[in-house]
Amino acid sequence: MSVFLLVLLMGYEMYLGSKPSIEKFGWGFLTSSTWDPVQEIFGALPVIYGTVVSSLLALIITLPLSIGVAIFLAETAPPWLEKPLSFLVELLAGIPSVVYGLWGIFVLVPFLRDTVEPYLSDKFGNLPFFTGAPYGFGLLAAVLILSIMVLPIIASISRDVLRSVPQSQREAALALGATKWQATKIVLKDAMPGIFGATMLGLGRAIGETMAVTMVIGNRALISPSLFDPSYTMASVIANEFTEATSQLYLSSLIELALVLFVITIIINGLARLLVWSMERRWKAS
Amino acid sequence: MKLRNIIAVLFLALAVSSVAKAQLQLNGAGATFPAVIYSKWFDEYKNLTGVQFNYQAIGSGGGIRQVTEGTVDFGASDGPMTDQQLADVKAKQGVDVLHIPTVMGGIVLSYNLPSVSQKLKFDGSIVADIYLGKITKWNDSRIAAINPGVSLPNKAILVAHRSDGSGTTFIFTNYLSKVSSEWKSKVGNNTSVNWPVGLGGKGNDGVAGLVKQTEGSIGYVELAYAVQNKLPYGLLKNKAGNFVDANFNTVTEAAAGAVKHMPDDLRAIITDSDGKNAYPIAGFTWLLIYKDMKNTTKAAALVKFLKWAMEKGESYASGLYYAPLPKQVVKLCEKKIASITSNGKKIK
Repeated sequence: MSVFLLVLLMGYEMYLGSKPSIEKFGWGFLTSSTWDPVQEIFGALPVIYGTVVSSLLALIITLPLSIGVAIFLAETAPPWLEKPLSFLVELLAGIPSVVYGLWGIFVLVPFLRDTVEPYLSDKFGNLPFFTGAPYGFGLLAAVLILSIMVLPIIASISRDVLRSVPQSQREAALALGATKWQATKIVLKDAMPGIFGATMLGLGRAIGETMAVTMVIGNRALISPSLFDPSYTMASVIANEFTEATSQLYLSSLIELALVLFVITIIINGLARLLVWSMERRWKAS
Repeated sequence: MKLRNIIAVLFLALAVSSVAKAQLQLNGAGATFPAVIYSKWFDEYKNLTGVQFNYQAIGSGGGIRQVTEGTVDFGASDGPMTDQQLADVKAKQGVDVLHIPTVMGGIVLSYNLPSVSQKLKFDGSIVADIYLGKITKWNDSRIAAINPGVSLPNKAILVAHRSDGSGTTFIFTNYLSKVSSEWKSKVGNNTSVNWPVGLGGKGNDGVAGLVKQTEGSIGYVELAYAVQNKLPYGLLKNKAGNFVDANFNTVTEAAAGAVKHMPDDLRAIITDSDGKNAYPIAGFTWLLIYKDMKNTTKAAALVKFLKWAMEKGESYASGLYYAPLPKQVVKLCEKKIASITSNGKKIK
């Protein structure tokens, strides 16, 4: 109950703070793509796009990897390997994001610039996703950093979820003549709602991540299909510009951006709940 | 038993320190750029007089907001407050705010061209057009024309700028607005702007990181940061037509050149300044002081500190990579400081 009130209060506070901007720009705030602090014209579309695209792409990359890691740790790894591997995965979750960012600048970005991006533009340069100058900094670097940061969250929670599936399920499947992989598939099905929840937590982390992203993404409000181009996320804009935002409208636009981020997070979590709920119902019915 | 003793001692220590804390403390907040020299000043001054300062480097915008809300005893900013902001303070706190320049900084153009060993020369229109995305190659004829004898590579220019709002960006875009009418109309001047091209890095280190990491890049960083980190940077043509290297002397000369046009409230922008050796991208950083303070003890302490800062504090500047104020400006500041009052009465 108190959590509910807290959320409500936060939303209300942000609404109050962003009132001047809401009155000035209305819904245009969400659809316009100019972010110009000099003229005081603020539109959030490119940063909303940057946030959603970078997080979703990171999730697409990281999901198969993390679930693979989780299955390996929970189902197949021998104990002497499982312990240190679990420890390493959890260690990944504990690294501060600024360290990821530095690693991004000094290792990932040069690697992307000198090796990956020239290769991609050479082989797939006719696709719109791999055009433009390969600087290393840009959407691709941010997506990769995010996918590494999200992996330990999804992997370690999914592992715990898989472990909590009763041993009898596995034994029953094996007793009926299922292969190891078929038995694992049955366990996976049982664990699905939990894995889904883990994925949503990971997505939440990706959407809210600020420091590591802003260090490698190039920080330009731009909607471009190319992964090589710079982009920008809502959390980064707020962190970057809040301290020096002097005018009332500028400040309230930044707060409105926070409100939009807040609403997007709520929507995503709501959708996730709904999905889990419908999946559970279907599972119970069958 | 032992634990109880320890706890007792801890409480005693706390009590003693809170008594010690009861001595005068002045709270301030604002710009990050001068934070290093301010903490040096506050430290030295505390050793001398026992007056404590609590300065939070939360950014110029934050400093101005705190001054407007009246939650601090003084603020600090890299950009002068606008007339609107001054009016806001007057409306909310019923008092005027004085701008006291403290030190200066310069902004240099750092670049990454391993094949070029001598310092490149730039002028204002070239820099503006690079940042507008109109000059895109290093061997552009206009760059080549003012750099005779330098073999410039046929490389794309990667433009790097600050992604966070900053006084550095304010001064840099102010300079570009002065030297290029196109920049003025298309982009303008603020702590952050809608950049036509380029990548953004967070902070001086972010921009420097972009420049260091990418061959063919150019970015603007604070002079102090460039000197400390040994970044290469170019010469810039000033109003008098000379190509000037950025150092603390040329930055100080920029302020000296601006003294003639110094406005009465000291909110002077000294980019593209007059003076034979004036470096063109330079700026003051200011302390924001209420002209009249209710608390007489605090007012007296603050005025005393400001006087000390002008007399003694300036000598710490160059050691910490700031450019000190020229003598003429110090005089103007001292006059301003003398005008501070407490409840309408002059402070002795």
